[in-house]
Amino acid sequence: MQPRNTRIGLILFFVYLLLYGGFVFLNALSPDSMDWQPIEGINLAISYGFVLIIGAFLMALLYGLLCKTERSHDASSMEDEQ
Amino acid sequence: MIYEPSTIAVIVFLAFVGLTLGLSFYLGRQAKSSEGFFAAHGQIPWFVNGVAFAGDYLSAASFLGICGMIAFKGYDGFLYSIGYLAGWIVALFVVAEPMKRLGKFTFADALNSTFHSRGIRLVVGISTLVVSVFYLIPQMVGAGVLIQPLLGFPHWVGVLLVGATVIGIVTSAGMVSTTWVQFLKGSLLVVFSGVLTYVILQRGFIEKQGGIDGHVFQVLGPFPASSSLDQIVQGTPAFQDSQVLPSDDVWADRPYLRTKQPDGGVTFWRIDSDGETTTLRESQVLTINLNGETLVNGMLKGVQKGEPELHPVGYIHQLAGDREETGPLGMLSFFRELGTAEVTLWGEDKLVESDGSKTTVYYPIPVSGSEVLRPGRKFTGIRSDNPIDRLNFLSLMLALFCGTASLPHILIRYYTVKDEAAARKSTIVGIAAIGFFYVLTLYIGLGAMVSGSLDVTTDNMSAPLLAKSINQWLFAIISAIAFTTVLGTVSGLIIASAGAVTHDLLVSSLGFKFSGNEEVRVAKIASIIVGSIAIGLGILFKGLNVSFLVGWAFSIAASANLPSLIMLLFWKRTTSQGIISAVTVGMISSLAWVLLSGDTYQAVYGLDPADAFVPFSQPGIVTIPLGFITLVVVSLMTSGREPRQSPSDYASGGQK
Repeated sequence: MQPRNTRIGLILFFVYLLLYGGFVFLNALSPDSMDWQPIEGINLAISYGFVLIIGAFLMALLYGLLCKTERSHDASSMEDEQ
Repeated sequence: MIYEPSTIAVIVFLAFVGLTLGLSFYLGRQAKSSEGFFAAHGQIPWFVNGVAFAGDYLSAASFLGICGMIAFKGYDGFLYSIGYLAGWIVALFVVAEPMKRLGKFTFADALNSTFHSRGIRLVVGISTLVVSVFYLIPQMVGAGVLIQPLLGFPHWVGVLLVGATVIGIVTSAGMVSTTWVQFLKGSLLVVFSGVLTYVILQRGFIEKQGGIDGHVFQVLGPFPASSSLDQIVQGTPAFQDSQVLPSDDVWADRPYLRTKQPDGGVTFWRIDSDGETTTLRESQVLTINLNGETLVNGMLKGVQKGEPELHPVGYIHQLAGDREETGPLGMLSFFRELGTAEVTLWGEDKLVESDGSKTTVYYPIPVSGSEVLRPGRKFTGIRSDNPIDRLNFLSLMLALFCGTASLPHILIRYYTVKDEAAARKSTIVGIAAIGFFYVLTLYIGLGAMVSGSLDVTTDNMSAPLLAKSINQWLFAIISAIAFTTVLGTVSGLIIASAGAVTHDLLVSSLGFKFSGNEEVRVAKIASIIVGSIAIGLGILFKGLNVSFLVGWAFSIAASANLPSLIMLLFWKRTTSQGIISAVTVGMISSLAWVLLSGDTYQAVYGLDPADAFVPFSQPGIVTIPLGFITLVVVSLMTSGREPRQSPSDYASGGQK
């Protein structure tokens, strides 16, 4: 069994990867979409950027809440991901 | 621009730097005399440790570089802020937990303890050295940048001064940069960036036609496109007393008009034509002639205020709705107002005249506010028709994402508190402080863009100059915070490099045997050599944005280290040969790519970027996957030759 904290970490990582990847590819492939204003006067470039920064903080917070401190762990349980 | 030192600023600066260094030495000595440096860390409260994370990570490079790039190019600089912070997600979610289960704190520890391979030590030692040197360059450039407006010294003196100071500190006393000092620096940087942002918002936007020295840049026209330049010159009163210089030599076919004034100065006009109208915009020109003299707009550059110099720039030339100023703004109305305003940015054009003198024309570019708030002014490739140009941008964003977790020294602080819960809490505080600071970089950068205080010749100075335009105290404090950060970071990097040379290369790999005293001496000599290299490179790379340079360090770190780190943690069949090859290939390919890139051609060698060997400048998107492929292929080829120890064999030992 993969330790719980590592699994939570990887799930959160992939969620953030989607969010970040979405931003990067939107910039690279459709830069004009960054002009769209989801909030009046504030374009997507700024709002998405702020979401990525605030989102990183919120996800780190979530990670901190979900993780349990493993008092003792079986060190040999390191698994590969094949 | 001519920089005159201000007494108040120098005194505040020296007092601040002295206090921080003194505190650092004091606490460092305490840590040595108590139960040792790392034992003391067990007592550090998680909140303090979290802010110290920010102090460690937010080098002056990210403060100076990001703000400077935003001030000159707009939103694109903010992409670095986003990428740097996203890198923490990789470090926290993917690398930190499994590393902790290995009982290891750094990349090098984890790799060495798993295989006990001399080859791994050698390549990791070299890659640590290369990454550290590339990380040192922007710090040194940043140091020169801080010294120049503050003390009035030229850039190279600043670099030399910092380099010599740090070498002195490292070789005489050995600098222990403690958590408390990083906490102090981290919180001061965040707090004073907050103050700066508050002042920017309170000041709002003011419509101006020039910088803070009061010089008004003239704009003539628009004239109908059908009128020739001769007609425009004859029909415009502003040209009455001036003589038009012929458009020969390099000036032929260029969009400039040069008019000589009665006092001998030359005014350079950028000719802007949009097909229907022609507008002439006053520009600024810096010439270095064959005698080594510097001329500003055709006159010998002065040494005191009032004599010929380049004027400060950066202003809003038109606010929406016929207003001259906006009054205080909020966090969101700041963007709304800027988005509807018209901003003057400055471009540059480098020319070599037939007599060999080098001329740089700095010309105004009127840009709509909405344009500086969207990506594409620095990374022009994303709006190009050529898909390869987009790869450059993707490559950078990938390297920033992967780089943080691959920097040899970055994860250590995760383990400096008493237990895992405290470690996670302090990381969250760290991400909060770093994220908050990065949000502020957008306000500070854009605030500098319209502050009227920018130096057209370098973007790195934008944040300190913005502070200087507000008041001397703020300027002195911000410069001092940034400067102590440079000293701390440079000392740490030089010690890390010296350690890599002594332990990893000389002792472990090449089999030298030193006594305790000899080892210290060798480490000191290594510090002097690395420090001297850093000084040289800091002077050489003066013209480059420091955050851009940090981007290179991230690319090399991510290409050399990340594939091995991830595969070691998650793929059981990784072999030592696989790791050696992946680190070697990742490091050499990314280093070669950077050295052969168009950006280096242009900024360092002074060659035409179109002649560069590689199709785009950022290596990450090619060299990071290359590292992974090398590792997998070599590991599969060499699997079965050596039994890998089970993790339980090494999970218990080797803690630092």
